[in-house]
Formats: sequence, structure tokens, C-alpha cells
Amino acid sequence: MTPLLQVRDLAKFYGPRRGCEGVSFDLWPGEVMGIVGESGSGKSTLLSCLAGHLPPDRGEVIFDTHGHGPRDTLTMSEPERRMLMRTDWAFVHQHARDGLRMGVSAGGNVGERLMAVGARHYGHIREQAIDWLGRVEIAADRVDDKPQAFSGGMQQRLQIARNLVTGPRLVFMDEPTGGLDVSVQARLLDLLRGLVREMGLSAIIVTHDLAVVRLLADRLMVMKDGRVVEDGLTDQVLDDPQHGYTQLLVSSVLQV
Amino acid sequence: MSDYNFAYLDEQTKRMIRRAILKALAIPGYQVPFASREMPMPYGWGTGGVQVSAACLTPNDTLKVIDQGADDTTNAVSIRKFFEKTAQVATTEETARASLIQTRHRIPEEPLTEDQILVYQVPIPEPLRFLEPSEVETRKMHALEEYGLMHVKLYEDISQHGAIATAYAYPVKVEGRYVMDPSPIPKFDNPKLSMAAIQLFGAGREQRIYALPPYTQVVSLDFEDHPFEASKADHDCDLCGAADSYLDEVITDDAGGRMFVCSDTDYCRARRAAGHIGAQGAPYEEATA
Repeated sequence: MTPLLQVRDLAKFYGPRRGCEGVSFDLWPGEVMGIVGESGSGKSTLLSCLAGHLPPDRGEVIFDTHGHGPRDTLTMSEPERRMLMRTDWAFVHQHARDGLRMGVSAGGNVGERLMAVGARHYGHIREQAIDWLGRVEIAADRVDDKPQAFSGGMQQRLQIARNLVTGPRLVFMDEPTGGLDVSVQARLLDLLRGLVREMGLSAIIVTHDLAVVRLLADRLMVMKDGRVVEDGLTDQVLDDPQHGYTQLLVSSVLQV
Repeated sequence: MSDYNFAYLDEQTKRMIRRAILKALAIPGYQVPFASREMPMPYGWGTGGVQVSAACLTPNDTLKVIDQGADDTTNAVSIRKFFEKTAQVATTEETARASLIQTRHRIPEEPLTEDQILVYQVPIPEPLRFLEPSEVETRKMHALEEYGLMHVKLYEDISQHGAIATAYAYPVKVEGRYVMDPSPIPKFDNPKLSMAAIQLFGAGREQRIYALPPYTQVVSLDFEDHPFEASKADHDCDLCGAADSYLDEVITDDAGGRMFVCSDTDYCRARRAAGHIGAQGAPYEEATA
């Protein structure tokens, strides 16, 4: 079996400042990887480099493409990379507003990716949009409402539906539960866990919330100052942290 | 009037515009940037179309200018006078006699021929503009043929109105490649875009020129289950009785009285001269022409 994503020695600098450096890992099909760390530790930079939003200075990001096997996404042509972004990849932004078209109805938001890959039958597009709204627990009668009329949690679920409608194999998530209250967070996590398991998705989740990775991630990378300081199985890292910073992180979680 | 160079613009400017026109003709539907000049009229009054016309005019041309199909509205009259004054070219209101026609928002009803040029005034050349505000991004979308977003707009139309409600500036795909805004012509005119004449589109404020060479394939975008439909008012012209022309609705009093008349005034006049009379029409007299 080939890994879905192989990352080799990835580095990104902002002038003399280090964004991230020396990051290498393999992501296997169906695996969910969490990246945790404090603010400014380089986890969002890393995610942007992986997802092709930011060109890294060094390294390789090799994706196991459908037609052509493992290929370095950084040396791909731009049309190929953008095609990958709207078919096999998905990106869930922290703020739903960044990932949604706020002036377009919920159905149009979900249907956009379908139309981008060539769907031209209104009835079928709408059917799939309603089906996906149902899967993220949005009532079918909200299909023609604009995202402005939705609560924060609903917007986030809509963003997830919009991303997953083309059946991607790899999902990047940047703080998917950030800015939501805890009960909404719990429902969203429940939903995400169900979808990831059901669709056999691979995912890379960036978060500073250890509870999120505990629930969702199989494996965990801990970042500090742009480097990976510890990685391993999630339970292992959280229950028996070896690195000083990881110990600090785990002990900093508030117990209610 | 020796104070003006022929057709107002200086020769260097006309050469620059002609280069843009040639490039636009070579890549049908592609928006070519050009260094649009200040014209002695405000933006929105056809500065792009006027510059394209000025670059195409020769002293032997016969010019016709229409605004929403009519030869006698302010915009048409002032542009016609502008070229009468600065180029001293012959002008006409008859579609068949004109060698160059500048138009705002209509295609004449009478089919154009291979030795005619149709120049459109374009307010916003970018069909994706209201969906994607970034020019960098829309250029990339054109370059990579990422046109899914255009269908999102049509999807929104159907979900809100039950049918594609876009009635003008209806997006088209040119030769299976570029998606183009045909300027705000009614979608009734879209099927006429594949024609024998050269069609040039000038956007002055946005500084873009694009073009359709003769007999270019132009397809209006649609969905398989909601096909494109060229629509018009379900009525005949009240003056000339034409059932096949695009109609304007005219309010005639404050008691709900209205009539439908051809928006193409020359077409209507020619039909009445040939003896056709509509429901509210009077017999045509030569003196009123």
C-alpha cells in the first residue's frame, strides 16, 4: 500500500523568520492526523503549504493521485493542482465565511463543486445538494436560504457539506471547531467523526484543542517554534507525553 | 472642421486600438486590455464603443448608431453627431445601408452581412465579475477554463425563480473556449450572435476589447433540464404587426394603457412602409418618415 500523502523535509520561511522546518511524515488512506501546538508554532503555515495555498521554500508533498500514482504536488502545473483542489482535496476553513460564498444560497454553495467538475443537470445537482444538507443535519427547506441566515454552527456544517460533495480523499481542516460554543462543537465533532469513518476519508486537522484530536485523530504531531517536537499515536502522545512542551500542553488543559 | 484628426482620435491611438482589435479577433471571446482614452463624453455613454468605431471608420463608411434598437434616442443621436462632426462620414438609419453600426444593448432585427461591422458598447466586460470580485482570480479562471461558477449564477436563478431569470447580458461560450458577456443585449438576441458580420465589443472604463469573427460558434450557457430559451414579450408589434421582433412596452396614459412596439425603429419603419399595419397603427405616410 502506498501512503496517500508523503511529506518530505518541508520548510517555509518568512524572510529570516521560520514558519516551519524539517517536517516529514506519511499519511495513510483512511488515517486522520492531528497537528497541535500553540499560536505561532507554524501549524497553520504547515497546513497552507500542504494544501497548496502557500509555496514552501523546500521539500516535497507527494500525493497518490487517481490516474498517475504518487506525484509531487509542488511541481505539478497549476491547472492540475487546482483540479486536485476541487476534486480529491477539500479545505475546511476556520471561519465558514472564508470557505463559503455568502451571497449564494446553501444549495448553490454545495452545488458549486459539482458544477466545477462538469455537472450540468439542475435536478441532479439540487438532489445531491439536498442529500448533503441532510447528512450535515441541515433541513431540506433551508436549501434556498443564504448562509447569512444560518447560525455559526450551521455555516460550518454547510462548509463541510460543500467540501465533501465531490467525494474527496483528503480533507484539510484548519481549526474546524474554532469560534463555536462547546455544545455545537460536540455535535460538529460527532458529525465529522461519522463522516470520516463512513467515507473512509483521510484528514489533516490543525487545532489547539486537544479534545478535538482526542476524538478525531488517529495520530498526532506536536509543533513548537516551527518544528515537530513529538509525534505518535494520539492516545500515546496525550497519555504519556515525552517532550517537555507536550507535557506542558497536556497539563494545561482545564479540568471541569 | 480641420481642428480634429479624422474620427477624433490621433493616428497612434487608432493604431493601438486596431492592434487590440486584431488580437481580439484572433482569440474570439478573449478580453484584450487596451489603453482606453478619455473621450468627450462620460463613462457609461459608450466611450469604449466610440473608440472602437473611431479606429474602424474610413472616410467611405456609412455609419448607423442605435441605442436600445432606436436611432432617435439621446445616446444614438449624440454619437451619430459626434462622428458627423469629427469624421464627416455619411450616416444612415437603414440597417442594410450601413457599413458600420454602433449599438447599445441590441442587435438589429435585419440579418447583417459580411461587409458590415457591428460595434457594441460594453459596461462590464467580465461575465464572472459579480460572482468573483478579484480580477486576478477571474483572469486565472478564464486561462484555466474554470467556468463552474457561471453555472452557480444560473442555478441561483432557477432555485429562486423556477427558471433562468437572467434576461439580458446572458453569458455565452465562444467556440467552446471562452465564456463571454455579450453586453446587455436581451437574451432574445443571443442566437443572432453567430452571424456574418464582424462583431467588436468595446468597454471604455474597463479598458477591454473583445470580438467575434464572422460565423463564430456562440452557445448560450444552460442546464440539460433547463435549456436556454430566447424570450420576448408575448405580443405582436402594435405599429407594424411584426410577431418576430423584440418589443418595448410603452405606457401611453395613466389609466393602464400600454402598447408594444418594435425596439428596432428602422425595422418597424421599413415594415410599415411596406404596408404592414399593427393593432394600433395608422397607415404609413412618407412625410412622417
